[in-house]
Amino acid sequence: MSQLPILPLLPLLFGSILAVLAGLWRARAAQVVAVVATALALAAALTGLVTVTASEPLHYELGGWPPPVGIEYVLDPLSAFMASIVALIGLLIVIYPVEAAFDLRPGRGVPVYPLALLLLTGLMGVMLSGDLFHLFVFLEIYAISTYGLVSLGGDRATFAALRYLLLGTIGSGLYLLGVGFLYFSTGTLNMAHMAELLPAIADSPTVLGAMALMVIGLALKMALFPLHVWLPDAHSYSPPGVAALLAAVQVKAGAYALVRILFDVYGPAYTGIDGVPVSAALTWFGLAGIVVGSVMAIRQTDIKRLLAYSTVAQLGYIGLGIGLATPLALVGALLHVLNHAMMKSGLFLVAGGIIQRTGLKSIPRFSGLGKRMPWTMAGFAIAALSMVGIPPLAGFWSKFYLVWATIDLGNWVAALIVVSSSLLTMVYFLKLFEQIFVREPTEEVVATAIEPSGRVVGTVGVLASAIVLIGVFNAVIVRQVLGPIAERMLG
Amino acid sequence: MSELLELFLARYIYLFVLGLLAIGLYAVLAKTDLVKKVIGLTIFSTAIYLFFIEGSLQEGGTAPVIDERGSDPALYVDPLPHLLILTAIVVGVGVVGVALALLVRLYRTHGSLDEEVIAARLAGREPHGGSAGPATTGEGDGRADEDAGDGTESGR
Repeated sequence: MSQLPILPLLPLLFGSILAVLAGLWRARAAQVVAVVATALALAAALTGLVTVTASEPLHYELGGWPPPVGIEYVLDPLSAFMASIVALIGLLIVIYPVEAAFDLRPGRGVPVYPLALLLLTGLMGVMLSGDLFHLFVFLEIYAISTYGLVSLGGDRATFAALRYLLLGTIGSGLYLLGVGFLYFSTGTLNMAHMAELLPAIADSPTVLGAMALMVIGLALKMALFPLHVWLPDAHSYSPPGVAALLAAVQVKAGAYALVRILFDVYGPAYTGIDGVPVSAALTWFGLAGIVVGSVMAIRQTDIKRLLAYSTVAQLGYIGLGIGLATPLALVGALLHVLNHAMMKSGLFLVAGGIIQRTGLKSIPRFSGLGKRMPWTMAGFAIAALSMVGIPPLAGFWSKFYLVWATIDLGNWVAALIVVSSSLLTMVYFLKLFEQIFVREPTEEVVATAIEPSGRVVGTVGVLASAIVLIGVFNAVIVRQVLGPIAERMLG
Repeated sequence: MSELLELFLARYIYLFVLGLLAIGLYAVLAKTDLVKKVIGLTIFSTAIYLFFIEGSLQEGGTAPVIDERGSDPALYVDPLPHLLILTAIVVGVGVVGVALALLVRLYRTHGSLDEEVIAARLAGREPHGGSAGPATTGEGDGRADEDAGDGTESGR
């Protein structure tokens, strides 16, 4: 028995407590603690990823109680893959300077790093937990720290945080109700054990009702259209670093839980049933989300709001991939989780740099920024082009697998929507490109703006090169990690 | 008919659960008073707690302490849902605590707890930088903010 499944979680959990104490002493010390903690978590997650892709999944029995009685942590390729994304994005966000990430001057005494680490703890717990109720607890841990972090963005953000709190709690409540349904029909909470018991009673209305409740609850957490209403406000009013964290990894926790429960716990009961059209609902709501999110993004003039609506659209791709439920579509969805984490956090961090240097948020006033901040804007261009789906970059490949999957299934409407949504994405990024790279500066603050600090450029640079590398080496990722995951879940 | 009645008598608690869920959801979605929304949220979670507790009930069962009556599960109430709900209550208290903290902040800024009033004030302030109300006193911390409401934190 190995300790590895719980190792990515522990540095974050203890780091969040330590960061409180460090923050009381020196504001900077909290950031150092956060960087060390996330770096340790990343190391553990990557070690886990390398270990489990080569061998069997690892199990860790919390407190020495064996499942199904005790709580189990499971590290399999999927959870290791997701845990690595969480830790990597978390590390970049805490390295990113606090003034730009959280709109704060140093020494304000606001516990941002403890909250950020607690958020990452919750996300990591969701990825690693092998127990349905334990997953609920982590859903709430990350949700509560999110409400705190969102409210840092000021007055509007407080209001957005409260609205998000109301909907988010309903979402996790519905999930908990679903867990209750499953517990009373099987008598277990362990995912692996439940997966063994469910096929025998897969037709029972209780089990199907539980699936419906959990899917609605998690779709609310994941902000899948039409349950995305909380997302644009919460993401656009929160500080840039928080928005990057939320868009890149926080909403993905819902997507991960959905994948885990539908494909692993329900398994054949999900893809094989006709009673509850969950897979069709996810497919069509995903497609609707792609269209609505993109169209709404085109209409925005605030950069962060544009990115927030773009997140709604991109989550539609992930919902579509889960709904189609073929190995190819699942590979596309999971690859898009990775790609979107890199692209959207990069874009939000660029927005943070712009806001820090110029205070501008409105796109029509961005004209000429490309000449003043060439490096930052080069990173922006790579992330945006990848978002559109220009071939060598990462974003192209996830869309490619999704389109391939829809054509395979003969679902031409879906294929058409996915391909044409690239054009919609191009429309809203072209608007930005025109302002940033073609026009001359009109604003005083732009004409005198300087490149953001090295750490901003550095983190954006890491993300931009990650986008290029993932694009070039996507065959390796798909063959080594995602392909086997999809094969095991759907093969 | 008697079968239906029997089913009702055996399961009527679930109707209460359903009713409470509906009341809670209605309050969260339809009420404009933010405090009432939070109360609705509490009702909604309480309904879920009730569902778990009712599900664990064993007719004639007692606390799960194995004694001379033996270890037949039919003799004891299922303890696990109680445990889960204890955890869920703690989590719920945390959520309500955060909600109330946010409410206090909103009330201090806007002097109101009505969702529509606050939303209108936030929206009305959007086009021109900070003209309405005491909420905007904190702006002008030296940063070149173009939008109202971005610098409000700094003054307090």
